[in-house]
Amino acid sequence: MSSLEEALRSKLPEFLGSKLAEALEKYGELILEDVEIEVDELELILRPGAVVPALKPPVEVKPLKLIETKFEKPKMEWTGKVVEVKLGATRSEGGTRDRVLVVGGETVPAFYAFAGSMSHPPVVAMDVFDMRIRLPKAIRVHFEDVMEDPAEWARRCVEKFGAEMINLHLVSTDPYIKDTPPSKAAKTVEEVLQAVKVPLCVGGSGDPVKDVEVFKKVADVAEGERIVINSLNLDMKLDDIGPYLKDKDCVVIAFTPMDLDKARELNRKLYDYLPKERIMMDTNTAGIGYGIEYGFTVMERARLAALMGDKELQHPIVAGVTNAWAAREAWIKMDPYWGPREIRGPIWETITGLVALLAGADYFMMMHPFSIKTLKEIIDYLSKSPFEVEETLPDWVSAKLG
Amino acid sequence: MAFAVRLVNLEVKPEKCTPLVEDPKYRKSYEKLKELLRPMVREIEVRSEKKTVVIGGEYVMFRHEMTYLNPPPIAIDVDDTMDKEELAKRIDIAENFRYEYIGRELTLDLIAVRSVSNDPEQFKKTVRFVSSNTSLPLVLCSLNPDVIKAGLAEVPGGRPLLYAATKDNWREMAEIAHKHDLPLVASSPGNLDMLMTLANTLEKYGLSDLALDPGTFAGSKGLSYTLNAFTMLRWRACNEDCRLAGYPLVGTPISVWSSMNGDKRAKAWWEAITAAMLITRYVDLLILHSIEGWVLLPLVILRFNIYTDPRKPVSVEPGLRIIGSPNENSPVMVTGNFALTYYIVTGDIEAGKVNCYLLVVDTEGLSVESAVPGRKFLPEKVAEVLESSGVAEKVKHRILIIPGKAARLAGDIEDATGWKVMVGPLDSKDIPKFMEERWRPEVIEELMRG
Repeated sequence: MSSLEEALRSKLPEFLGSKLAEALEKYGELILEDVEIEVDELELILRPGAVVPALKPPVEVKPLKLIETKFEKPKMEWTGKVVEVKLGATRSEGGTRDRVLVVGGETVPAFYAFAGSMSHPPVVAMDVFDMRIRLPKAIRVHFEDVMEDPAEWARRCVEKFGAEMINLHLVSTDPYIKDTPPSKAAKTVEEVLQAVKVPLCVGGSGDPVKDVEVFKKVADVAEGERIVINSLNLDMKLDDIGPYLKDKDCVVIAFTPMDLDKARELNRKLYDYLPKERIMMDTNTAGIGYGIEYGFTVMERARLAALMGDKELQHPIVAGVTNAWAAREAWIKMDPYWGPREIRGPIWETITGLVALLAGADYFMMMHPFSIKTLKEIIDYLSKSPFEVEETLPDWVSAKLG
Repeated sequence: MAFAVRLVNLEVKPEKCTPLVEDPKYRKSYEKLKELLRPMVREIEVRSEKKTVVIGGEYVMFRHEMTYLNPPPIAIDVDDTMDKEELAKRIDIAENFRYEYIGRELTLDLIAVRSVSNDPEQFKKTVRFVSSNTSLPLVLCSLNPDVIKAGLAEVPGGRPLLYAATKDNWREMAEIAHKHDLPLVASSPGNLDMLMTLANTLEKYGLSDLALDPGTFAGSKGLSYTLNAFTMLRWRACNEDCRLAGYPLVGTPISVWSSMNGDKRAKAWWEAITAAMLITRYVDLLILHSIEGWVLLPLVILRFNIYTDPRKPVSVEPGLRIIGSPNENSPVMVTGNFALTYYIVTGDIEAGKVNCYLLVVDTEGLSVESAVPGRKFLPEKVAEVLESSGVAEKVKHRILIIPGKAARLAGDIEDATGWKVMVGPLDSKDIPKFMEERWRPEVIEELMRG
């Protein structure tokens, strides 16, 4: 008796539902001899449809005319909904921002227009740093003269490049860099709030102890503006910073490094202190060639799980697309065939953003003006109805192409 | 047993089990097993005399449900009004494109020959030139059956893909495909009812190696259609067992060149983006016009990444690596075992002609950047690999150079290993410079003393 067969028989129904089990019944005499297998070793990934026999009918009469056939749209039901998170506060809400942006609210996977209506368009925010940092040349040329002045840098992003939001990164507070004191960092935040009127997101240095102190001071000076704090993680004293940020009306980004269980755990912990509609989550983003597939799959799984009802993952997703520039192909000088880095960098960032967009990201942190412009165009194109396309695709098959 | 496990994990096909195939008494079991393991998206083969390209053969909608299996081949187009010089240049790029990425060679796969002239003789000449100058399989592109027939005569011994059967030419195209047993694309841009109609009709005609082209529209008027069409077709195939949707999907970002405005660079830019979108969502074959490196490079790497098996981390074995010819005064460096990290770091060390001992720590296949905050770059693991490497007997000093991104762990690593730690550069490309500036007898001495 083949134990493979036994294993399949005993394990399949629970994995695959009744359909395959029935099909397997039909193949009752499936026998592999001299084979032993432990059930634990099986990673069963067969899908129900895989057992439907191929139809390659013997041709009796070749059809003389087209056999009219309808395409049926997929039927699907999603029961979960991503919470809507409001970013920024206008005067009427006690702040001084010129707009409030809303992210989240999805009830279907990203751009499944055929399955349901789309929610709020994703927000593309531009990164600003509180000190001169090393940036690839292709980015630096746009900000060279304002890199000592975060307020001017932010103004450049909004006025020249149309940033919808600013991500201010207080990297200088890092104890290993400049160890800027929290009060001084908060001053920078005030200056940026003065310089631009779009909603603001403020990031720390990544030091779990220092960040708590920095975030408190930042929340003090930005009270009422509904700023976004980037970010809280499992290494922080959440019982200290959580309630503080709640009282100051902040939104938080919950950061976990490409691990859904940790993402759930962190969100669960944050629920003790913050309302759900004040939490976005960053499951970590990597660029093309640098682990993009991990970030993509974690993000896609998070969103699908949320829509299937996993309440702990029903939060808007943040994508740090600027990470794309970590790929050396984005900035290093290469043989001329690969093109100038001034275009390799932006295409790297744009495609990294596009992949996150397709996985379900809602809030984008980006750097290169042309990548941002393109991603916004893509969002605009993908937000249009898919059903109003002209049937005649301009001919590429026989056209002379440039 | 190992074979059975690999079979169920779809790492090997039942055809590879010789007794099962050859012995008549297993015939029935073999057929059943084949049916049981049949992919949701049919797998078709396109061949030249030298090479075979596989299209489709997918089982799942989302890569985390198992893995995607066959990276979509990329075809570069040529047309029959190009002169020999231009043809040769494009063939050369399609044939010889190489990019070394984490120890793998990324390449292009096919050449699509289009008929712009609509003249069978001219097409024939071009196909002859192309097929005698490339080892890659071909896609023959024309909506004129006479042109296709003429081209076909010049691909002896190959199995090209025919593009395409439409609502207007389907009978003649079906006849050609049937007679020569060739794979055929059914094309119906913007109309999925007609696409299903064609697929159904061609099936009834006796064809089974089909591929579907729902049309690749780009820009403001069509990108949304394209994404939704590919997504719906794949959903129907994988989740609703719709046989007619279960054929490989053909994406033609090349259509950007005839449908969008702008200069060449703008078209190439949007062609890259449209192709990247389709690689992320379900395309099984791509036809491209751009031959620029900056368009193709992100696409071949993205394709490799998305088609990486998520069940297996891309990692290298932890342990000691000897780079160059180190001696007792050479540095001992530490890095993680994410394959990409490893290949970049060793590449940079080699390029800088630095002789050293490299300790590869088990970070569970994560990059240093993720492993440090994710607590996978552990001081105990560093100590473990240091111990087992025996490197202590090979060098006189007791200094470990750790990645700049692991600076935070310097103290803990010193505690766990008893060695001094020198924090290296943030990016491994700076290792040669770092060595020159920091790896000096006086610095080493001072560090060892302090």
